[in-house]
Amino acid sequence: MNKTSSKVFLGFKWVVLLAVLVAIYLPLLMIIIYSFSTSPSVGGEFGGVTIALYEKLFKNTKMLAALKNTLIIGLVSAALATILGTTASVGIHYMKKKVKSAVDTASQITVVNAEIVTAMGFFLLMIFLRDTVNVPVNFSLWWLIITHTVITTPYVILTVTPRLQQLNPNLLEASMDLGAGPMRSLFTVMLPQLAGAMVSGFALAFTLSLDDFVVTNVNSFGANIDTISTYVYSGIRKKGVPIEIRALSTIIFVVVLTALIVYNVVKNKKAKELAKKA
Amino acid sequence: MTKKGKVFRPTAFAFPYLAVTLVFVIIPLILVLVYAVRGADGGFTFDNFRLVFTEKETLRQLGQTIAIAAQSTAICLLIAYPVAYILASQPFNKMAILALLFVIPMWINFMLRIFALQSLLSMIGVGKSYGAAVIGMVYDFFPYMLLPIYTVLSNMDKSYVEASRDLGANPVQTFFKVTLPLSVPGVVSGISMMFMPIFSSYAITKMMGDMNTTVIGAKIASLFENQNYGSYGYGSALSFVLLVLVLVVMLIGNALTRRTQKAPKGGKA
Repeated sequence: MNKTSSKVFLGFKWVVLLAVLVAIYLPLLMIIIYSFSTSPSVGGEFGGVTIALYEKLFKNTKMLAALKNTLIIGLVSAALATILGTTASVGIHYMKKKVKSAVDTASQITVVNAEIVTAMGFFLLMIFLRDTVNVPVNFSLWWLIITHTVITTPYVILTVTPRLQQLNPNLLEASMDLGAGPMRSLFTVMLPQLAGAMVSGFALAFTLSLDDFVVTNVNSFGANIDTISTYVYSGIRKKGVPIEIRALSTIIFVVVLTALIVYNVVKNKKAKELAKKA
Repeated sequence: MTKKGKVFRPTAFAFPYLAVTLVFVIIPLILVLVYAVRGADGGFTFDNFRLVFTEKETLRQLGQTIAIAAQSTAICLLIAYPVAYILASQPFNKMAILALLFVIPMWINFMLRIFALQSLLSMIGVGKSYGAAVIGMVYDFFPYMLLPIYTVLSNMDKSYVEASRDLGANPVQTFFKVTLPLSVPGVVSGISMMFMPIFSSYAITKMMGDMNTTVIGAKIASLFENQNYGSYGYGSALSFVLLVLVLVVMLIGNALTRRTQKAPKGGKA
């Protein structure tokens, strides 16, 4: 290939990438811009720049409650999923091959299954517990936390297991040979080495929980609990979402974008420094 | 090993998780099956299944779901593959943050992204329609389609491509005979991250589509929405059909991946 044609080709590649980036970010950018306008619709007459929507947001108790529920469910379920998933990974790691593959398959059920089927499985379980077994339970914030824990735990296992397989088994044995009990060895030798993977697992579980709609929707019928997802959904279906959602969206977009870019820039820098040292 | 070590069984650490899986995953699936084959009188019946396959509206919705899933997945693949290919090639593969920009939306609440997209589309005059719903699916699932393909392409051993070029194949031949077959596992994984999840993505069809546009997940959700026992059986039967569909799609995906992996192994795993 000669030089000019490869340059044209390179330019073409940039055009493709930029076009897709514009398609991805233009909707988000419009929301951010219009979060500083009181125009009833995005794209309407802008008027003056104002922070009125941000003031409105902090007075909208329903929207704030949805945000609070989303964060509580996300944080608590991610913490539970991290504990449950990490202990499960350790246990599964020591299982015999046949048992291991059976447990692995079981743990993949909710991952591959259609989410609506998982969601109504939870729903039927609650109905069964409440009406047939007569356990005094009902759809509640706790029920949502439990369901989110169940659907995110497999992802923690998927994150922790590879790290567990890389660990040097001699370290654990050395610890026990030196007289530490097995429990103590697990907590002081193995767990610290898994900390990084546990943090990644927690972050993954947290994001998956924040993003969930179907399980939350089906399991909050009549419970009067909204997360951001169900709040926006019911708003759009009924009389429209209050326009201060643009302010809330902007805050979320900006927080997520900066957190991810900073995290990755720092990670790349560290990787480069390590490469230099080596 | 000490005596203590022999008694100690770390497998016990998995017991809490196994208990949770039994109660919250296995039992619900059994309940789905039980409700699906239980009639109003409590006896065994196939009526619910018969209803699923005879009710015209349900069949239409099932058909439409498959159409939306197939079309959105195809469009998404046609956009994501070239983007992944470019991102994995020189000089773009040196720009770490660039690829990140394409997958960042994964971490933003999808409902807010769909709300943003809907606002933009109505701003440029695109109303609620079947087409808008497909655009919504493509927009929502794009990072999930891109990531596995990008991962496979950027981990691919470049010497296969070089060998193909050295042996006289032109770039187009090299792409279709070497790069594309080697990237099939990424494509299969991307498709499976999108095709079945669309069945449950009724939030997108409700927000972006018109009255007639729907996916089967909406039907199932509506059958449970009113907490009316009468419709649980029908909803369960429909879910069971979906469950079988998931298995079929998974088997096809596995078969495709295995077939390509039988060919000379590519990539450094």
